[in-house]
Amino acid sequence: MIEQALLKVEDLAVHYGDYVACEQINFELFPGEVLGVVGESGSGKTSLLKALSTQLTPDAGRVEYFSDIKGLLDLYELPESQRRQLTRSEWGVVHQSPRDGLRLNVSAGANIGERLMENGERNYGSIRQQAETWLENVEIDIDRIDDMPTTFSGGMQQRLQIARNLVTHPKLIFMDEPTGGLDVSVQARLLDLLKKLVSQYNLSVIIVTHDLAVARLLAHRLMVMQRGRVVETGLTDQVLDDPQHPYTQLLVSSVLQP
Amino acid sequence: MSDPDYNFAYLDEQTKRMIRRSLLKAVAIPGYQVPFGSREMPMPYGWGTGGIQLTASLIGLDDTLKVIDQGSDDTTNAVSIRKFFRRTTGVATTEKTTEATLIQTRHRIPETPLQKGQILIYQVPIPDPLSFLEPRETEARKMHALSEYGIMHTKLYEDIAHYGAILHTYDYPVMVNDRYVMRPSPIPKFDNPKMDNMHALQVFGAGREKRIYAVPPYTKVKSLDFEDHPFEVQRWENSCALCGADNTFLDEIVVDDHGERLFACADSDYCQTRQAEQGGQR
Repeated sequence: MIEQALLKVEDLAVHYGDYVACEQINFELFPGEVLGVVGESGSGKTSLLKALSTQLTPDAGRVEYFSDIKGLLDLYELPESQRRQLTRSEWGVVHQSPRDGLRLNVSAGANIGERLMENGERNYGSIRQQAETWLENVEIDIDRIDDMPTTFSGGMQQRLQIARNLVTHPKLIFMDEPTGGLDVSVQARLLDLLKKLVSQYNLSVIIVTHDLAVARLLAHRLMVMQRGRVVETGLTDQVLDDPQHPYTQLLVSSVLQP
Repeated sequence: MSDPDYNFAYLDEQTKRMIRRSLLKAVAIPGYQVPFGSREMPMPYGWGTGGIQLTASLIGLDDTLKVIDQGSDDTTNAVSIRKFFRRTTGVATTEKTTEATLIQTRHRIPETPLQKGQILIYQVPIPDPLSFLEPRETEARKMHALSEYGIMHTKLYEDIAHYGAILHTYDYPVMVNDRYVMRPSPIPKFDNPKMDNMHALQVFGAGREKRIYAVPPYTKVKSLDFEDHPFEVQRWENSCALCGADNTFLDEIVVDDHGERLFACADSDYCQTRQAEQGGQR
């Protein structure tokens, strides 16, 4: 039996005017799989992620998503209302800067509760209780539930962002440089947490990063991008330990060894 | 007699027609904010220019106009607007809620239940319930279009989390006809239940923000709340010191230099009518 792919991408392209951000992107993502997208700045990683997570309409290609509830969906054929419904129930997006992903003028509890309320939850007690559970899951002190996210440290904000996304038990998470701007010990703790949550909730993740160490730790499979195209794909260890494409070789050899 | 130097009700006929067209659309889609070409009026924004433009486009020779400000017929805003329409239209004005066909209001709904055929015209400062919550206007419109209102509850959630109860006391958001979330203008939430299934037509005008919206008669209007923190109106320990009513919205008035206070109905017509009835009985 062949397992049903969660996400199937065919010939996806994003252009900004004449400029090609990414094109001829083809891949499949399976349930529980973590796919890393690596490459230097400007290689089209973030444009690709935005086109997949419906933050940006692609100029060509198809993206199919298999929903447990609704079956196979062609994302850009769907009415916008359903696409947005999908993004706030079955999907999650973790932004590089927590300021883009959090609502800074409401408390941590409300940040976590927002998605529940968007999905029709109208019981304060239940929202509160789920917010507490998720604060605990991401290792934030429950006493901080009524504090504003602006009073949180960078690492805490990032964990709050993750909690806010996972509270509706999504199946697919998009992450854009989730460890960007964090110092190494905080990074390590966040990566640990992500690894735990991914296996605990059987999450599928597409993670964009330029940090090969992050990719090696989290990703099962890697996609290397250069100038908008995928130049190499394979299992993470395979790609990193035995790079075939000259660009990947350059990328791997550029990592500083302490 | 109306002032011959002005067109009937100040605005020119084309403008009134334009406003009526927007109004028809607003009535057809309860709670939806219809953009309209708001005009400069001979008074500053914030004095009720939206409400006045609506009144001007609705008023006819056989109408009777009542204007209230915070429930009262005799405050500056109410007196000036009443005078403005007496001068530009010459139509009859009244302070009696029951005699009026048009009631322009700032921040109250009269205590006397409104009847079929009456029109209540609200002055609105900020029409969109999503402003301050969603900074992007384009996104806010999309949220209205797709009925995505989860964010409205984060505000209520915050109140309960910080203070143990919903502290919003005025301009309390409502769901109209199970479709659009609407700002009822800064009326006290005490008045919110009166909007539900009202016999009269309710129209809302925001002059500066250039929006019109409406609630047709007999339309469901529900205040937002949580299952375990249901919507409640404010209550007073006192009853009105002048008419003795215990079910009205009361103003707290300081009466001397020693901090003595008196509570009286905010709705002056309702209070005076009750006083007259009681005087008659004595």
